[in-house]
Amino acid sequence: MPTGQGSSAAGAPVVSADFSDITRTDASLRGFLHGLPGVDQVGAEARAAALGTRSIKTTAKEFAIDLAIRMVDLTTLEGQDTPGKVRALAAKAMHPDPADPSCPMTAAVCVYPDMVATAKEVLGDSGVNVAAVATAFPSGRAALDIKLADTRDAVEAGADEIDMVIDRGAFLAGHYKQVFDEIVAVREACGSAHLKVIFETGELQTYDNVRRASWLAMMAGGHFIKTSTGKVQPAATLPVTMIMLEAVRDFREQTGQMVGVKPAGGIRTTKDAIKYLVMVNEVAGQDWLDPDWFRFGASTLLNDLLMQRTKMTTGRYSGPDYFTLD
Amino acid sequence: MTSPFQYAPAPESRSIVDIKPSYGLFINGEFVDGHGKAFKTISPATEEVLAEVAEASDADVETAVKAARKAYDKVWGRMPGRERAKYLYRIARIIQERGRELAVLESLDNGKPIKESRDVDIPTVAAHFFYYAGWADKLEYSGFGSTPLGVAGQVIPWNFPLLMLAWKIAPALACGNTVVLKPAETTPLTALLFAEICQQADLPPGVVNIVTGAGDTGRALVSHPDVDKVAFTGSTDVGRAIAKAVAGTDKKVTLELGGKAANIVFDDAPIDQAVEGIVNGIFFNQGHVCCAGSRLLVQESVAEEVLDRLKRRMATLRVGDPLDKNTDIGAINSAEQLARIKELSDIGEAEGAGRWSPACDLPSTGFWFPPTIFTGVSQAHRIAREEIFGPVLSVLTFRTPSEAVEKANNTPYGLSAGVWTDKGSRILHMANQLRAGVVWANTFNKFDPTSPFGGYKESGYGREGGRHGLEAYLR
Repeated sequence: MPTGQGSSAAGAPVVSADFSDITRTDASLRGFLHGLPGVDQVGAEARAAALGTRSIKTTAKEFAIDLAIRMVDLTTLEGQDTPGKVRALAAKAMHPDPADPSCPMTAAVCVYPDMVATAKEVLGDSGVNVAAVATAFPSGRAALDIKLADTRDAVEAGADEIDMVIDRGAFLAGHYKQVFDEIVAVREACGSAHLKVIFETGELQTYDNVRRASWLAMMAGGHFIKTSTGKVQPAATLPVTMIMLEAVRDFREQTGQMVGVKPAGGIRTTKDAIKYLVMVNEVAGQDWLDPDWFRFGASTLLNDLLMQRTKMTTGRYSGPDYFTLD
Repeated sequence: MTSPFQYAPAPESRSIVDIKPSYGLFINGEFVDGHGKAFKTISPATEEVLAEVAEASDADVETAVKAARKAYDKVWGRMPGRERAKYLYRIARIIQERGRELAVLESLDNGKPIKESRDVDIPTVAAHFFYYAGWADKLEYSGFGSTPLGVAGQVIPWNFPLLMLAWKIAPALACGNTVVLKPAETTPLTALLFAEICQQADLPPGVVNIVTGAGDTGRALVSHPDVDKVAFTGSTDVGRAIAKAVAGTDKKVTLELGGKAANIVFDDAPIDQAVEGIVNGIFFNQGHVCCAGSRLLVQESVAEEVLDRLKRRMATLRVGDPLDKNTDIGAINSAEQLARIKELSDIGEAEGAGRWSPACDLPSTGFWFPPTIFTGVSQAHRIAREEIFGPVLSVLTFRTPSEAVEKANNTPYGLSAGVWTDKGSRILHMANQLRAGVVWANTFNKFDPTSPFGGYKESGYGREGGRHGLEAYLR
């Protein structure tokens, strides 16, 4: 496991992270979450757009591309997934560019729980993790014991990371305590596996909700907060990710603990990925420029990164036929 | 610790713009020699000489005003509005087409970052011409009549050279006036490129005349007896002198002068966006903005948090080469302005305010000043009262909304103000109480051609922009 569980940033004072007074009841949670500073939508979107105009060239671009490849959770979450497809994906995660051994591996492959064993078989101890979506992904509409069983099943099959979905219905109804307890329970069921908490920000809709969900998940012990399932539009956006990066930055300021961020869905080009990395660098800070603390949930992004990487080293674009379609 | 993610230099190419070794005056549709002492314009980022520019003597100003008068009498003043509109639309489109060229030239001559000239100045310039082009044939519905004044003498500052030109020329031309405009002596180049654009647009000769020079040229222009209208943007001192010079004449005058705007942050503000607004308010264009939010008034209960966040944000500002696309803060426009900023900052320190700047490497040539904040500032400090016109923020605190209003209004200026709160009713209440021409709510330094702009008290009189901006150019 590369990810240090709840480890603190170098040099940051570790304050005891006791939120028990806040998380006791719906009312106390509501008081805290609604007391967080609001987000001005226009201002937040303008800031995100401004960061997107940074011009990343030459050496900075090379650095960013390799870092982005190392941050990819290579994902397939389809009804049509087969063991063959998952094996191919896992092989690609270990050797994204077979023509260039200097190309780094991706962080993980992300699959449904029933495919974990297949993925693990191929990946072994290569260093590429297996992440499994669980808890009645993507809607989260199931009883808690089914969600927990789903989680345990994936962990037992060898998943290193669990990507759970929150109960958006409960969140929007103001049942914060229920959402909180569910995250705590899933985290327990994860054992030593790391927990990413998916908000489905396209359903939460407002940035205020994204900020509140971020704090809820961080207080409940999530190792990562993640934007989307990829099944709902809009999925990851720059402003939503920025709000989450501000949340993890502020959480560390208060508790000394770092939490990771994973935008997922809709990030398809190198240009997009670099915009996210600029945002990580300037909003959360350099400590998050690491696959332990920032991931991209993506599938087609990887090939674009590889094409750009080849362009940077050879000076030429090669067609998509020169990169594997797995 | 420096970040492993170091942005490599990303300079915008300057080859797109062709700077001539010397420029004459633009009078009656062509470039002519000046009869004053030619002066050099430099790049404030490198001190490199960009070009030599003619100085207009009194006689040159006379020629220019005559040309403008003739064009007004014979062509422009009697041309139907819908025809004038065609020229303005044409100019607007050429500005868009040549946008990159104008942006690069503006950044070279002024020192502002290319991302600002590219994303703010030039697009707003084009928008201004488009907007007033639309008014040209609808003046009778403006509420101010449709009779032009005649010849306008216009003097503009160096902080937004082309944008201030647009604010002046677009409404004047739309209303049927002709103009003689004097750009600032440190930033004449985009105005001269604009003169080329007028030629390219086949604007009738004499409708737009550009006379370059310094204070003497400006004085000759505004006091010329055949000028019907004087429009000035710049310092309050010069504005006062102009008001004196035109007193007793029947010239119409608009003055857009200095400011010392309060940017007011309440404890229920969207803090992260407020921090962005503070940064944008004072560090946009190196703080060379008359409506800059140079006084931060922050509610005491959140002052510490806001300052911590502000400092962290300021540490990410990139100061340097104006042509680098990643530069946030460019060069101070002139040695003279730099000296003024340094002087007032030293006074702030001597008066006991706490001075702070993030660590940043400043280039060794050119004129540079790091983004700076002063904490523990009170109303009695000079840095809370005088316009610094640089990247220097004075931070004051308040306890209640009425104290915020009192402090915000306790200044001889009244150009702009900002209010940050999640409470809509408080925004409306504050906007009513603040004596400032523009009040921004949960944003700052937003400019739009449809919105009037102008000040109270020593910030000047008259409005530019919007329907209101037509009044100054109609009889």
